[in-house]
Amino acid sequence: MLRSHVHPTAVHERRETARTAAASGRADHDPAVRGDQLVQLLAPDGTRTPDPEYEPWVEDVDADRLVALYEDLVVVRRLDVEATALQRQGQLGLWPPLLGQEAAQVGSARVLRRDDFVFSSYRENAVAYCRGVDLTDMVKVWRGTANSGWDPFAVGMATPQIIIGAQTLHATGWAIGAVKDGTDAVAVAYFGDGATSQGDVNEAMVFSASFRAPVVFFCQNNQWAISEPVGLQAVRPLADRAPGFGIPSVRVDGNDVLAVMAVTRQALDRARRGEGPTFVEAVTYRMGPHTTSDDPTRYVDPADREVWAARDPLLRVERLLEREGLLDDQVTTAVKQAADSAARRMRAGCLGLTAPEPLSLFDHVYATPSSWLERQRSQYAAYLAMYEDGDGTAAQDGAR
Amino acid sequence: MTAPTTDRTAGPSAPSPTAGPTTLTLAGALNLGLRHSLEEDPAVVLMGEDIGTLGGVFRVTDGLQRDFGADRVMDTPLAEAGIVGVAVGLCYRGYRPVVEIQFDGFVYPAFDQLVTQVAKLRYRTQGRVSMPITVRIPYGGGIGAVEHHSESPEAYFTHTSGLRVVTCSHPQDAYTLLRQSIACDDPVIFLEPKRRYWTKAPVEASLDGAPPMEAAAVVVEGADVTLVAYGPLVATARDAAVAAADDGIAVEVIDLRSLSPMDLATVEASVRRTGRLVITHEAQQHGGLGAEIAASITERCFEHLEAPPVRVTGFDVPYPPAKLEEHFLPGLDRILDGVDRVLGRPHSLTGREG
Ligand SMILES: Cc1ncc(C[n+]2csc(CCOP(=O)(O)OP(=O)(O)O)c2C)c(N)n1
Ligand SMILES: [Mg+2]
Repeated sequence: MLRSHVHPTAVHERRETARTAAASGRADHDPAVRGDQLVQLLAPDGTRTPDPEYEPWVEDVDADRLVALYEDLVVVRRLDVEATALQRQGQLGLWPPLLGQEAAQVGSARVLRRDDFVFSSYRENAVAYCRGVDLTDMVKVWRGTANSGWDPFAVGMATPQIIIGAQTLHATGWAIGAVKDGTDAVAVAYFGDGATSQGDVNEAMVFSASFRAPVVFFCQNNQWAISEPVGLQAVRPLADRAPGFGIPSVRVDGNDVLAVMAVTRQALDRARRGEGPTFVEAVTYRMGPHTTSDDPTRYVDPADREVWAARDPLLRVERLLEREGLLDDQVTTAVKQAADSAARRMRAGCLGLTAPEPLSLFDHVYATPSSWLERQRSQYAAYLAMYEDGDGTAAQDGAR
Repeated sequence: MTAPTTDRTAGPSAPSPTAGPTTLTLAGALNLGLRHSLEEDPAVVLMGEDIGTLGGVFRVTDGLQRDFGADRVMDTPLAEAGIVGVAVGLCYRGYRPVVEIQFDGFVYPAFDQLVTQVAKLRYRTQGRVSMPITVRIPYGGGIGAVEHHSESPEAYFTHTSGLRVVTCSHPQDAYTLLRQSIACDDPVIFLEPKRRYWTKAPVEASLDGAPPMEAAAVVVEGADVTLVAYGPLVATARDAAVAAADDGIAVEVIDLRSLSPMDLATVEASVRRTGRLVITHEAQQHGGLGAEIAASITERCFEHLEAPPVRVTGFDVPYPPAKLEEHFLPGLDRILDGVDRVLGRPHSLTGREG
């Protein structure tokens, strides 16, 4: 059910239960993740959860579509594991794993139109995959050969944002422009639970509400902002904040690909009909480290992780397919092949990425040449030439 | 002053301020400086993202929440403007906040609070309100990081009257300057050279006999060229002095330490002897510290200069991707090229116009 205002009693009850949950230290007592408080269409055991409001939004998901979604989930997990391995092998400088968040990303990205536009954070590599981002482009930034991977206009997805929350304002501006241009395309802002504390995100909600901008605020509440639990960012469910800005919100089981599709479609539909922004809180869990540099053993209770492992987004689709007799050898093999082949392409692409030419340092700073920079470029060229003329060693010692 | 006055004891592992030198990493020295500041002054509180349970992404605050409690070492919500703005309010109640900004590139959401509030409150209130805030920022490149994790934003802050800006280059100064910054009644932007966090050296955990926070230090003496550096490039400048010595050139290396205010007297005295000045920093050149030093020294002792001052700096481009950073950052050879240039020896621009 879309919330347009916060019911004080409900909130009060939730806080009470939250306190009990905190005292018991068990994540599954946490109302934040209990099925009855979230939109859910597919339970962790692979059974369908009836929901007359949201089921119609995924009525068209037939057997083929379900298998395709399953393939997406398997492929993006495989790519994520491959990228993590590439980092461990020294081929990438860093990687932010999305393990556990596959359904939230695939479910939302797969219902977008080509002309919609995504503004994401660094973690949305499954969204990028669904937008059709080339797998080599996906790793450029993490290998350190470029500051951006792909052409935003070619795939309808902006360069991922590292400055927490900044992209939500960009999505809002894009959406205001789309309305001016008379299209019904929608901007989707992806961000985390931690980002909701930033001024930018709150300002984006103010602007989008004032302008009735067609934005979907898609917040993946993966429970963590590096080491900080979501309870430090908000004492109430994140979705409760949006109604105060005049933005209806919904909490969805972020590990349920069907429910995520349903709520995102509803939000997109509102936006396309001129009804303005919607806030989606996809409740999920970051199963891996924040990035490959992080050591979550310092702050994660392994028991919580276990609870969430049982809610795995991929397993529940697998169980559903099994129940419906759709998971035969042919499907399993095809999906595995697709995943392995994607991983191979990503690896080969990654290994093929070499350091850019030194003087490219000076490219694209301004739209037109600047005499100041031209001078620096030519002086640095002379400097490099001095070494090449001499003993042939490159003069690359800056990081020493 | 309404801050608490009760005392807290430190964890058992911490070297005491009188125990003699201990070998520490630069990060470890910062940790010890924070610990001793927390022990000494109950008004000191720490705030930042991931500084409590995790101990900071560089572990600079490791163990401090455990030993001083979550009311003094606070994990904050993820909002830099919020952190610094809240620190302003704590100052109004007599606290002495030490805030951590996780990386250089993330200080900008707080820039408004720093420039419009923190820097100006003493002046605005004719001295009635002090802002004894220390803003710790890991800065600089050379660690192969992704965008926004390698910047050198010092000039934004040195351009802002009312802020002090200091930076350390070795573990002893990490300890000393941090404690002095925290004790200082002015706001201090405290820049930590992240690529030197793991540098080890003996640290005397005491402020007795320590040089004042504003003083530059001559770290290598030499009669031929003055080389001014600070933060991460002091180590590189020292290496350059060693390399130059092989060529019979005596380079005097000055570690600036305080970037605002700046100890120009020390630089000037050196230039009056050497007649030659090279300044190096990682930050972009345009409007940077190098420009300020070159102009000020030229004004003060023009007639002693044998050659125009030379700046060896990052180029005027946004910080590049990791695989290009070695070309952006001034290294040993580029510094030596600058030294050759002020000495009139053959260098990369020989035969070209300045
Ligand atoms: C302005 C800013 N401050 C701090 C950081 C450092 N940082 C990177 S990710 C992160 C946590 C983000 O948490 P959340 O928004 O929940 O997204 P998640 O990483 O969980 O996907 C922090 C603090 C940053 N990138 N930008
Ligand atoms: Mg998060």
